[in-house]
Amino acid sequence: MSENPDNQSTSELSLALVGSGGAGVMTAGQTLLDAAAASDYYGLMTRATGPQIRGGEAAAILRLSARPVECQDDRLDLLVAIDWNKAERFADELIVDDNSLVVADPGQGEVPAWITDSGARLVEVPFDALTREFRGARTNTIAVGLVAQLIGLEGRDVDATVRRILESKGAKLIEAALAGLELGRTAAADLAGPKRLERRPEPVEPRWLITGNEAAGLGAVRGGVRFCAAYPITPSTEIQEWLAAHLPELGGSLVQAEDELASINMCLGASFGGTPAITATSGPGFSLMVEALGLATQAEIPVVVVDVMRGGPSTGIPTRSEQSDLDIAVHGAHGDAPRLVLAPNSIGDCVTTTQWAVHLAEALQSPAVVLSDQRLGQARAAIAPPPSRDWHAQRKLAGNDTADYRRFTDAEDGVSPMALPGMPGGEYTATGLSHMESARPSASGMDHRRQLDKRRRKFAQFDFGKHWADIDGDGDLWVLTWGSTTLPAREAVARMRDRGHAIGLISIRLLSPLDTEALTEALRSCRRLLVVEQSHGGQFHRYLRSHIELPADTHLLARPGPLNITPGDIVSGLEELTLEDAA
Amino acid sequence: MNSAVEQQIRILGHKDFKSDYKPVWCAGCGDFGVLNALTKAMAALELSPENVAMIAGIGCSSRIPAYTTVYGFHGVHGRALPLAAGLAVSRPDLTVIATGGDGDGFSIGGNHFLHACRRNVNMTYLVMDNSVYGMTKGQASPTTECDWTGSKLSPQGTHQPPLQPLELALAARAPFIARAFSNSPNELARIMTEAIAFEGFAFVQILSPCITFRPEQLGWKKRVHDGFEPTDDRAAAFAALAEDEGFTTGILYRAPRPRFAPDRREPVDIGAIEKRFEVRS
Repeated sequence: MSENPDNQSTSELSLALVGSGGAGVMTAGQTLLDAAAASDYYGLMTRATGPQIRGGEAAAILRLSARPVECQDDRLDLLVAIDWNKAERFADELIVDDNSLVVADPGQGEVPAWITDSGARLVEVPFDALTREFRGARTNTIAVGLVAQLIGLEGRDVDATVRRILESKGAKLIEAALAGLELGRTAAADLAGPKRLERRPEPVEPRWLITGNEAAGLGAVRGGVRFCAAYPITPSTEIQEWLAAHLPELGGSLVQAEDELASINMCLGASFGGTPAITATSGPGFSLMVEALGLATQAEIPVVVVDVMRGGPSTGIPTRSEQSDLDIAVHGAHGDAPRLVLAPNSIGDCVTTTQWAVHLAEALQSPAVVLSDQRLGQARAAIAPPPSRDWHAQRKLAGNDTADYRRFTDAEDGVSPMALPGMPGGEYTATGLSHMESARPSASGMDHRRQLDKRRRKFAQFDFGKHWADIDGDGDLWVLTWGSTTLPAREAVARMRDRGHAIGLISIRLLSPLDTEALTEALRSCRRLLVVEQSHGGQFHRYLRSHIELPADTHLLARPGPLNITPGDIVSGLEELTLEDAA
Repeated sequence: MNSAVEQQIRILGHKDFKSDYKPVWCAGCGDFGVLNALTKAMAALELSPENVAMIAGIGCSSRIPAYTTVYGFHGVHGRALPLAAGLAVSRPDLTVIATGGDGDGFSIGGNHFLHACRRNVNMTYLVMDNSVYGMTKGQASPTTECDWTGSKLSPQGTHQPPLQPLELALAARAPFIARAFSNSPNELARIMTEAIAFEGFAFVQILSPCITFRPEQLGWKKRVHDGFEPTDDRAAAFAALAEDEGFTTGILYRAPRPRFAPDRREPVDIGAIEKRFEVRS
């Protein structure tokens, strides 16, 4: 490894690779992340792309650190452009300044104004021309070699990672990729890089490399899911693909459905038969599932839907994140149909919260919606493995005692024992019609009311425990958020604490039913509150107000996608609050 | 064949498959004949009620599961087939029978019909076709004749040719396709028995008159005639349909092919799957 003594060393570094869709920036980014992880670093890669498969803009944004990181920084130390195709769309997202280094191919378009105006140091590397030095070399591997060299990643970790990623592609391709890495290293030899990563951190074993979508798939099977019906939709498809690969290893099944109407109903059919079932989708698909979720409520069939949210309404922005499906997840039903709505607040928590959702859906014989989003789902991170939880699908079953069996018996805790096909004496017809305890259809007001009461009681009487929220800190200044915006909120709160502010953070995991008592209690010392959410209409804020009295001095930081809310955005919001207080 | 089935029926007692619920159907509805034949078929096949699941959507005929003593699922409009597919794939030990009407199956659920034919999950699909929406008081369905003016919703007719369910099923590669008539109980029970016993997706269109909104369908008795001879030759089946005016009964097509089976892999435990996420250096 060559030494660049001018470089500042650092324990943390942010960088981005941009290029046309198809140029391979995502593969390059993943190679760097995985190589850094092999060198004992933690790290995170976020994907930012246009909707086109090829030819659109694409950016892999990475943060590598000696400590766990789950959120991108506000700025970049290094930006590498394989080309500048439509890169101006990233002007608000890829922030460079006079401490940043920008590396670009002079033959691939003019450097955009947002870069030249930033004061960043700009150097030229002819990635495309360099590919001619070795037959089969690609610009993206050359970029990986260059970046690894500039930031001080171990060459052998990078080589080993490339070999692993290309394992199945044959010796020729691996040879060309390794040659590409070497071309990149050579090109970097004369360059003064940005900051360099310090020596390897103390190894922490084991760590996982996982995406949020893979994590949701894992959480599902941990919880006992053994059936998935899938219809592909960005940005949720990777959950279904992961389950397609892994359910067969666990004796489970996956069916690719003809549409989302079919996928949710296939899940209900499987669950009616006793097999815990899941489907994954995004806003447009979720909209199609709403009717069947009402059926799941009325017929008390457990089912889990993971909605990996994207910009909406309608087709919206398929490849970018938003938290704007909260309304439909909680309220998207005709009739009085309370349901479980949960939200993971980190990549690792995608495992835990999805597992919990399966457990709750099965225990309460109810649909459960898990609100992930593109920011979590399509990000890949090196993380500590999520904790093991004793949450499994445990449905209350009728068992052998089916004398005078009533499927919807008015049980004290609201949860009626369920008979499954194959159980003699338990035969009943599940129905979306209002019904008697026996499941016999009924239009009587008394029967209707009794079953509505029973279903509401299921939620009111269940002990959800401490997992309804992550609560950290105390004092009179608090941030209240949910889901993926918890990531920048955690970092913003840490920054404010470094500056001496006492500040607390609440991230609500169980959005419905909302534990209003516990939330009110958690906010007891709060005088100033910042509610943070990635939605235009302030859906979360409205939802909270419909349930509890928020402090008079409550501010709202609500912004739609596609730009992710950053730690810096939240710090600014908090500064306004604290300044007002001082004035 | 007919007498053999009848013989078994007497021994096993089809009444054990009938619940004590009084059907919502009008007196004289063809669906009563379907319920009778179905319970006979289930008895003939010596099925146990707990191992049978009848899955339906919405409509008059979709009420049928509750009139039997087997497990049933009366879901939302048009989605009987996906419900049934999810159950049949995850519980291959069960006998799964999807049922419903022409509106439920060919209009709102039409897309699922095509894909159920292609997918070939092991189940039976019985459509009680009366060419009308009965539950909403008499609107044209996809199989209604284009010049039927009996509906307030299409008072001048539908201006559309009726959909041909058997042709669709054949085009979409259903491996078992048949037509029967609710007023011919023995043939209906025989065809149902064969459909349920068939390994794969078996589709039966059952002409089942609606005496309330389509009283002229009482005349179907005179038009229905047997005539389909089971074949495994698609060209021969298409040729038979080219000659058909919608009232030929029998098994049109029977060509077993590998039924849908989910992927299978070498079993591992979750711990081994989780290990694959570990960073390797």
